[in-house]
Amino acid sequence: MRDLSKRYGEHEAVRGIDITVERGEVFGLLGPNGAGKTTTVEILEGYRKRTSGEVSVLGYDPARRQIELRKRIGVVLQSSGIYSHVTPREALQHWASFYPAPRDVNEVLRLSGLDEKADARSRTLSGGQLRRLDFALALVGDPELIFLDEPTTGLDPAARRDAWETVRNLREGGKTILLTTHYLDEAQALADRVAIVKDGRVLAVGPPRELGVGAAQYTISYRDGGGARIERQTEDPTRLLNELTNAALERGEHLEELSVGRPTLEDVYLELTADE
Amino acid sequence: MSDAVTLTWRQYRLERKMFWRNPSAAFFNFVLPLLFLVGGGAILHGNQSDLNKLVPAIAGMSVMSTTFTALAYNIVFLRERGVLKRIRGTPLPTGSYFGGVAANATTNTALQIAIVVVAGRIFFGIGWPQEWGELIVFVVVGVVCFAALGVAFAHVIPNFESTAAYVNAVFLPVVFVSFYAFDTANAPALLRNVADALPLKPLIEGLSGAIVTGSSLQSNLGALAVIAVWGVLGGWFAVRGFSWEQRRG
Repeated sequence: MRDLSKRYGEHEAVRGIDITVERGEVFGLLGPNGAGKTTTVEILEGYRKRTSGEVSVLGYDPARRQIELRKRIGVVLQSSGIYSHVTPREALQHWASFYPAPRDVNEVLRLSGLDEKADARSRTLSGGQLRRLDFALALVGDPELIFLDEPTTGLDPAARRDAWETVRNLREGGKTILLTTHYLDEAQALADRVAIVKDGRVLAVGPPRELGVGAAQYTISYRDGGGARIERQTEDPTRLLNELTNAALERGEHLEELSVGRPTLEDVYLELTADE
Repeated sequence: MSDAVTLTWRQYRLERKMFWRNPSAAFFNFVLPLLFLVGGGAILHGNQSDLNKLVPAIAGMSVMSTTFTALAYNIVFLRERGVLKRIRGTPLPTGSYFGGVAANATTNTALQIAIVVVAGRIFFGIGWPQEWGELIVFVVVGVVCFAALGVAFAHVIPNFESTAAYVNAVFLPVVFVSFYAFDTANAPALLRNVADALPLKPLIEGLSGAIVTGSSLQSNLGALAVIAVWGVLGGWFAVRGFSWEQRRG
């Protein structure tokens, strides 16, 4: 039940990545821009040729670009366009005709929240709507393996949550998903397992929590009554904030310049490299 | 196989739909050659021997604009917008995609040739084409040649903003040299040689034979060979150099 295993080195971009994604799981490639995430997925999708190593996607070598493989995968690219004079409904009908057992176009339109814009020319769609169309076009063929390259970059928070919901529904439907992201919270919210990638190498693989992706420290900082800057680290910012604000109110003080810093990839890297 | 044929047909239908929805594309495809025909006809004051040359020249230009120009624009645009890359990730066979695109261009060519032929019959005192078979052969070979060259040329164009400059830098000189050499028997030898080596003038000669003079296909085989050689060259570069995505930087 192995979806893909690969081992290859490509000049600078990807230097010997070794990953196996199990059927039915959501696997995240987590790393900063330029870490080699997109290069890796595009090799798996058949867009790029690897220089060395072995790759197997659903039992196929993606470099050979067999149509049989492409009938079983869905691809959401980091950025891609659609014909401006075609409506989402027409585009989905056209795309559906490529696949042996496509989903119902109306249902896909409804699920992706494109009902209202179904018959409008694509060029009138907003950025968020175009992203939903990206998802819809990748899913209309009912693929068993779905690649999502930075699926929520550039989306507003509401659209982002919708995209997350879509991914969760796909997993419940038994689909296998490989997604790339540079957002810690996204990896934490969606992925069963993540591989942390940097400079074309895998630093660690495992469930997000075990890698410290979920447990990383939030930073709460403020100025106290005396004007001194205080920084506190916590895994539970809600509790600490409550304690701090209660204490301040009792003293009749304000917490000036209060801010909560989310854990960053850098923190995780530091933690990972500190462990070694 | 039937699957690939069906998908080619569907791609063709989609291309036609998009073509008619884009008014500027429709305008350039149909109104522009008509304007040339009307403008040229007005300048020539009904001088029949000149009109006899104008009609096949415009017909030749129509073949070039509906294939070479249109495909170069289309492919650069779709490549830059990431549409080609998206299509590349689907099970749509490459042959079906390009089959649909080429069939769409060919439809435009056929419509334009029909317009030019009918206008020649009605307004310019030129009878119906004398050699229908020759007309079809030259249009088909011309379409294949200029379509291949258009796809190959798209590879040279770095981004969509510069498409007009690149396309016109080729289209206008080729049209000018070919028209001039076709019209002027005593054109400078260098110009004539250049025009004879390029594919447009041979195409115009073949169309002239088919539509106006009735010279047989056998007498224009040399012209046909020149177009065919360009077609093979274009096809080779079109396939070899094709890029589904925008180069970075």
